[in-house]
Amino acid sequence: MTSIGTGYDLSNSVFSPDGRNFQVEYAVKAVENGGTAVGIRCKDGVVLAVEKIISSKLLKPGANKRIATVDRHIGIVSAGLIPDGRHFVSRARDEASSWRNVYKGPIPVSALSNRLGSYVQAYTLYSSVRPFGVSAIIGGWDSEAELAVDGQVGNGPNAGSGGKVEGAKAGGPGLYMIEPSGLYWGYYGAATGKGRQAAKAELEKLDLSAGNLSLLDGVKEAARIIYVAHEDSKDKDFELEMTWISTLDGPTHGRHEAVPRELLEEAERAAKAALEGDDEEDDATKGDAVDSERMQE
Amino acid sequence: MVGHGMTGMLGEDGIHVDMNHLKKGEVNLGTSIMAINFKDGVILGADSRTTTGAYIANRVTDKLTQVHDTIWCCRSGSAADTQAVADIVSYHLNMYSITNNEAPSTQVAAALFQELCYENKDMLSAGIIIAGYDPRHGGQVYSIPLGGSLHKQPYSIGGSGSTYIYGYCDANWKENMTEEEGIQFVRSSLQEAIKWDGSSGGVIRMVVLTAKGAQRHLYLPDTGYTGPGLTN
Amino acid sequence: MNHFPEAWGRPRDDVYGPYNSSYLQTTGPKGHTQSPAVTGTTVLGVKFNGGVVLAADSLASYGSLARFTDVKRLRKFGDTAVVGFSGDISDMQYIDRLLDSIDVRENYSANGNTLNARNIHTYLSKVLYKRRSEFNPLWNHILVAGFDDDKKPFLSSADLLGTTFSAPHLATGFGAHLAIPILRRLFPEEKPLEDISKDEAVAALRECVKVLWYRDARSLDQYSIAVISAQGIEFQEDQQVEAQSWAFAETIKGYGAQVN
Repeated sequence: MTSIGTGYDLSNSVFSPDGRNFQVEYAVKAVENGGTAVGIRCKDGVVLAVEKIISSKLLKPGANKRIATVDRHIGIVSAGLIPDGRHFVSRARDEASSWRNVYKGPIPVSALSNRLGSYVQAYTLYSSVRPFGVSAIIGGWDSEAELAVDGQVGNGPNAGSGGKVEGAKAGGPGLYMIEPSGLYWGYYGAATGKGRQAAKAELEKLDLSAGNLSLLDGVKEAARIIYVAHEDSKDKDFELEMTWISTLDGPTHGRHEAVPRELLEEAERAAKAALEGDDEEDDATKGDAVDSERMQE
Repeated sequence: MVGHGMTGMLGEDGIHVDMNHLKKGEVNLGTSIMAINFKDGVILGADSRTTTGAYIANRVTDKLTQVHDTIWCCRSGSAADTQAVADIVSYHLNMYSITNNEAPSTQVAAALFQELCYENKDMLSAGIIIAGYDPRHGGQVYSIPLGGSLHKQPYSIGGSGSTYIYGYCDANWKENMTEEEGIQFVRSSLQEAIKWDGSSGGVIRMVVLTAKGAQRHLYLPDTGYTGPGLTN
Repeated sequence: MNHFPEAWGRPRDDVYGPYNSSYLQTTGPKGHTQSPAVTGTTVLGVKFNGGVVLAADSLASYGSLARFTDVKRLRKFGDTAVVGFSGDISDMQYIDRLLDSIDVRENYSANGNTLNARNIHTYLSKVLYKRRSEFNPLWNHILVAGFDDDKKPFLSSADLLGTTFSAPHLATGFGAHLAIPILRRLFPEEKPLEDISKDEAVAALRECVKVLWYRDARSLDQYSIAVISAQGIEFQEDQQVEAQSWAFAETIKGYGAQVN
């Protein structure tokens, strides 16, 4: 983005003559400075990870969480302005709770993303507001079990319901990313923030669309990718925060939780080892993730 | 007999209609309704009598109401109340399928029905049975009696006529019946309810909900409820 | 005849005289629940050394009709508390969902603290009191079982008026008349809690459920038991009242003087 606004960038919701909304593009700039965040959609769950730059030695390690839970089965991580991210999460929680009040069950990840997409988009339409300075990654697991109605009493037939179709769509992982424009897509792997280029290059190597990556391997990869993405801002210290959501019979029982400390540390050790190994081999592959990925709307 | 605080068709002055009673008297669907699970889905059944006191206001009523492709309900209680509730749920399920690009599950329909019946329990007299089929959950039957509680059941009976057939149904109920067995169970149960309940009568209507969709059945009293059977 | 819509559905003026439209007023006081519809009967609770046991049968009655026989009235909150409900089932479902939404919200502040049974009881008693003050009571009498702030066994009740009561053993509804005397005899005030084992407490409740099955006309012989201890919550559902005493009926003949 080299052109300047020439007056069309001063108010939100105003198009420039060549059809751009500069305030939204500036919001994207705010995102590009934030710590890298990634999400990986695995066959048996979803991993979310974020690079938390340590801005002061006076901050307590492990405190100030950046990945939030929505309902029980969804996690949100964002890059960009942290307070905007908090407000976004608060809206997500309200939407999830309102869904529950009406439908007496958990909101599907796709429906939450849709509602949040509309919410973010509305902030590009009015001169009295500014767009969200975040790109948010929404990861969750829609229960594969038979759904109950909240507060349900009684059961159907002991033999189970009749006429069920084998292999009918039943839950699974969901991963979405919403940008300041309100644009959102579903992803196999999503990355945003400062190190997104390197992160995306790494995510693409994982062949996620094949659907073979296990959640446990996903955790290792997410940690490694955050470490790879951090290479460009090596001078700053950072903390890795990671959460995951598994199948009902997996480690988190369909809930969004922090990755257990031992596993996180193991993944970090592996990530560091992989980086050192890379450095010895060659630096040739580095830097070939060029700035060609700007998404135009 | 028109004493103080008495509720009848007419108010205290003997002229003006007591609105409270009008609501109850005009509308009550003294009824026999039921829905059952079977091997391939669910079957809903109902008699066809609507009464105002002892007068049969409609002898061919359709108490089986569609709220989505394969989610239907049996209505009992106030005709006006249950029609209003079914219309609202039908609207919401239609919106749900549009906004979510996916047919609503029976659970969603049951939840919507319950919210309306529970939050407005003081204004409604509605006893509703919800039965639906979806590929993921198969057939399901939910019952919402007067207070607005929600009960998942293997099979459900409702309306004034149901009190006469609790024993019959309990003794004859089997899980995993075939479609023929299921239809026979519903038909014979409702026939018994119609026989003993003055507020139930007329024809027996049924709807069978399976992967194939919704199929209507009809059984007439002058043939001993043997046919014509499948209609549509 | 008048064909204006205002006249629809009303008695004809020429027959009944002019209609008093004040009867059609839609404003005015709003009606509220004056009686429950589908109800559950007794809930029983006893504290023991290291925990609490609750019991309730699986029946939801509709008047005297035993309408639903598979209703679980002991509802779990989080991993450490159980609420037992008697009274209206639709209000039970409402409160169950209310507690679920609180559990969801509570997990948002990931500080590791969770609400204990005492917190739940305080909260619910205030909800119940608020609703009765609005003349729209939640028609329930509940027992809350779990642990208090000091990790000591907690058992307390709250009713539709917001009245609260606490004791080492509690019962709602019919059980208050039939079970409490039995529990008082088994676990007298002098007996310290430390001397009551889990097995004793469970056995006592099973005995009370049996007496209630004999004498409460709104009860069922299928019931659930929940044991809340430091090890967590152990649910025993679909229990059957066993070892009943009926055979003595053979010795009962006539109603007084008759000998055969």
